[in-house]
Amino acid sequence: MSEHSAGRVLVGMEVHLQLKTNTKCFSPTPYRYGAEPNTLIDPVVMGLPGALPVLNREAVRLAIRTGLALGCEVAEVTKWDRKNYFYPDLPKGYQISQYDQPLCIDGAIEIDDDDGNPKRVRIRRAHLEEDTGKSTHDEGGAASRVDLNRAGAPLLEIVSEPDIASAGEAMRYLDALREIVAYLGTSDGNMQEGNLRCEPNINVLFDGGGKTPIVEVKNLNSVRNVGLAIEYETERQTRAYHERGQTMENTPRSTRGWDDDKGVTVHQRFKESEDDYRYFPEPDLPPVTITRDFVEAEREALPELPRARRARYREALGLSEYDAGVLTAEPALSAWYEQALAGPEGTRDAKAVANWIQGELLRYLNDQKIDLAAVALTPEGLGELVDLRAAGSINSRTAKDLFREVIESGASPAALVAERRLGQVSDRGAVEAAVRAAMEAQAKAVEAFRAGNEKARGRIFGEAMKQLSGRGDPQLVNEVLSELLG
Amino acid sequence: MEGLTNPLDLPVAEMAARVRNIDDPLTASELVETSLLRIEAIDPALHAFLRTTPELAREQARVVDARVEAGEDPGPLAGVPLGVKDNIAVEGVPLTCASKILGNYVPPTGATSVRRAVDAGACIVGKTNLDEFGMGSSTENSAFGPTRNPYDLERVPGGSSGGSAAAVAAGMVPLALGSDTGGSIRQPAALSGIVGMKPTYGRVSRNGLVAFASSLDQVGPMARSAADARILLGAIQGTDPADATTRDLPAVTGSGAAELAGLRIGRVEEFSLAGVAGGEPMEAAMGDVHKALEEAGAESVELSIPLVKSSIPIYYIVAPAEASSNLARYDGVRYGHRTSDAGALQALYAKTRDEGFGAEVKRRILIGTFALSAGYADAYYKRAMAARSALRRGFERAFERCDVIVSATTPTPAFLLGEKVDDPLAMYLCDILTVASNLAGIPVMNVPAGQTEDGLPVGMQLWGPAGSEARLFDVAEALAETTGHAYRAPVIPAGGDA
Repeated sequence: MSEHSAGRVLVGMEVHLQLKTNTKCFSPTPYRYGAEPNTLIDPVVMGLPGALPVLNREAVRLAIRTGLALGCEVAEVTKWDRKNYFYPDLPKGYQISQYDQPLCIDGAIEIDDDDGNPKRVRIRRAHLEEDTGKSTHDEGGAASRVDLNRAGAPLLEIVSEPDIASAGEAMRYLDALREIVAYLGTSDGNMQEGNLRCEPNINVLFDGGGKTPIVEVKNLNSVRNVGLAIEYETERQTRAYHERGQTMENTPRSTRGWDDDKGVTVHQRFKESEDDYRYFPEPDLPPVTITRDFVEAEREALPELPRARRARYREALGLSEYDAGVLTAEPALSAWYEQALAGPEGTRDAKAVANWIQGELLRYLNDQKIDLAAVALTPEGLGELVDLRAAGSINSRTAKDLFREVIESGASPAALVAERRLGQVSDRGAVEAAVRAAMEAQAKAVEAFRAGNEKARGRIFGEAMKQLSGRGDPQLVNEVLSELLG
Repeated sequence: MEGLTNPLDLPVAEMAARVRNIDDPLTASELVETSLLRIEAIDPALHAFLRTTPELAREQARVVDARVEAGEDPGPLAGVPLGVKDNIAVEGVPLTCASKILGNYVPPTGATSVRRAVDAGACIVGKTNLDEFGMGSSTENSAFGPTRNPYDLERVPGGSSGGSAAAVAAGMVPLALGSDTGGSIRQPAALSGIVGMKPTYGRVSRNGLVAFASSLDQVGPMARSAADARILLGAIQGTDPADATTRDLPAVTGSGAAELAGLRIGRVEEFSLAGVAGGEPMEAAMGDVHKALEEAGAESVELSIPLVKSSIPIYYIVAPAEASSNLARYDGVRYGHRTSDAGALQALYAKTRDEGFGAEVKRRILIGTFALSAGYADAYYKRAMAARSALRRGFERAFERCDVIVSATTPTPAFLLGEKVDDPLAMYLCDILTVASNLAGIPVMNVPAGQTEDGLPVGMQLWGPAGSEARLFDVAEALAETTGHAYRAPVIPAGGDA
């Protein structure tokens, strides 16, 4: 750390989130990551003369769904604008975006601050736009290549207010956003594959009002790197402020790139003045009116979001912080847990179901290196198992054996118990008969026990259980044995 | 042409009816061959076509003839040769926009309007000349040389759809597609003595029309009569999933003449040519037309739409602004011309575009870029858009008081080649009577209104509210009956008849 007086870092986040539509934002071609270059293109994507964009309404729906989950207001009328600039990966020479009437405004993402207290990071706006293609440049500048597969994919640009006050908060903001869109199913949110890209705008405030110039950092491809870049910038800007007197007033904003190998940011360019993109309304696309009925229907269809779900698990179900975290980490697992919880007689014992999942199910997935979707066992099946145990119909050994079987076969545990008569024997008469038979068979052990050898009791207990084919209720067997042994 | 009428000179309805009639010997193939022969004979003097497409036309004709023989109906344009302005894509046929920037670009798909015309039986015989990207009023801004006016080879045919206008006027094709951003169908139709209609914005799909100014562009028919134009518009109209700006409008169907008695004819003060140099023959012709209308029992309504006076400045901000963006895609990266002398990226752009675009296109890109720039957009583009909305409302109010507005189409008859080409402002003023309809999005057609003493065609415009094309055609047919003004074939010195 610097020996200089520390300031407060302020970060505003710009996130580009690729929405998970079947086809592009303004043309009927699909997009997927990793396809052969320039194979997912069409006349609109190529910007051929005479080709016109046609809005993919699903992109608007997914944007609205995401915006609502972020607590945004959805515009009643939204429109598209052209953002004009020349670059080889921008085929039309303009990007269809939204300028002064974004689809969503005024939302927030709740995160924990560095002390673990809840904090709201405000969202200024979220607008829909088309993605550009991807340029790659050979080492030494011999050639540049353009891949237009990505061009035209729908993006939701989510702009936060500068409410983020540390690297940790920035990382938790991104994790929270990724988790939310995973629950919504509106985006894969994968930073490696570029369907979530983020550019933090960072500066530092000092006591007395001094501010460093805002730096936008690009080329960040993981949440961890976002944190590292913010830490690096905080340190660098603090030094520049104290040692060179660099302030917002005397130095323009700039863009820096993250160098992953060196773990530093590198100056790219100053933004002397605002870039002039010559925005104007896109004449090829009529404005879209979004009815309140549509918005309300989308709001109704929102799932419980992970943060709220975790709180409910802790408060209403009594799960630990840790358990609640594990069970909500993946939307598929969380949905599985929810289904396993829902029994015919109401909610099952949340802790018992959670234990099965964390103890047996996750271990199984890990050992087999498979995905939850590939497991034969249904949530209902696990629920049955929990019910059988709760009712005392099977003992814990039988339950574990059954689990190992049904996780492979997917069969119903209740049906198997009935079919194989695996139910725990808790009939007092049957248990007494078995204990008597065991005492006869192990007469020597009875003698030894009565002579003071406590260990001999185990042998008689084992024999009684054997008589009951291992299904005896151990508590009852013990009780009867104590009575008869005197 | 003496005695027997060449089938290519028949009204389109009759031409197509004969092709559709299995008992009539006239075939689509014969019409196509006749058209191609006429082009070969006449076009060297006119340069209406940038290229002919004989193989395509013959193949389309074979399909039409085969369908007739199979007892099917190939449609209302069966066998009718069609010229297509070369800013409208025909699948597999080079598309130039009369610009060098497109190089040898060949579109992989055709325009919706073209496909619909072909589906109705039309046979495409060639691509017609235009001012580069539709920017001009004389067809002199073509990178491939100007088109000449069939009535006087020293004069321009108008523009930008000058090639389509000259091709129809000279009888090389009975029908042609044009596009109209600020008068580019009507002005050349007027200077070339034919009928041309700019439909309501959104009636005809722009898919495959190379964009000049997207909110103003519209594809429309050019023909020798209102009846012919109506058939072509009927074939190409209608909403299109590939163009989000198409609208559901009352369909143009049928045929027929309107009852002129009781029709309220609007005369807009701001369209008067009184005092305009060279405008006397147009004023005289308009006076005659209004007199004939009154004699037929129409009611004359005097109107004023003050913002019409501002339509040229509004247009020359909105259209170049959109054009500056629409033409950004011609960058030498993916298709079309690319400079052989590119170094770094900026040089690739600058040299490619400098070599590829003509002077007028560059001028408009500069105007448009300026009008959209930060610090100027409020003063220019936004004010122009607000004025445009007010202008549209002005027309809506005017059409509460009248059924049709009648005006001249051009301030003067056809001017000489070279007369205005170095004076952009004078050229822009040619559009004074036409641009308001594009800004308002309403349908307007040009119909013949007689000739000057020198035998140059004079045109007039019929304006209607959005969606009223059928009414305009009805009025045009009634008016032609009343006044006797109609297309008359020019005598073209350079070539004989096929």
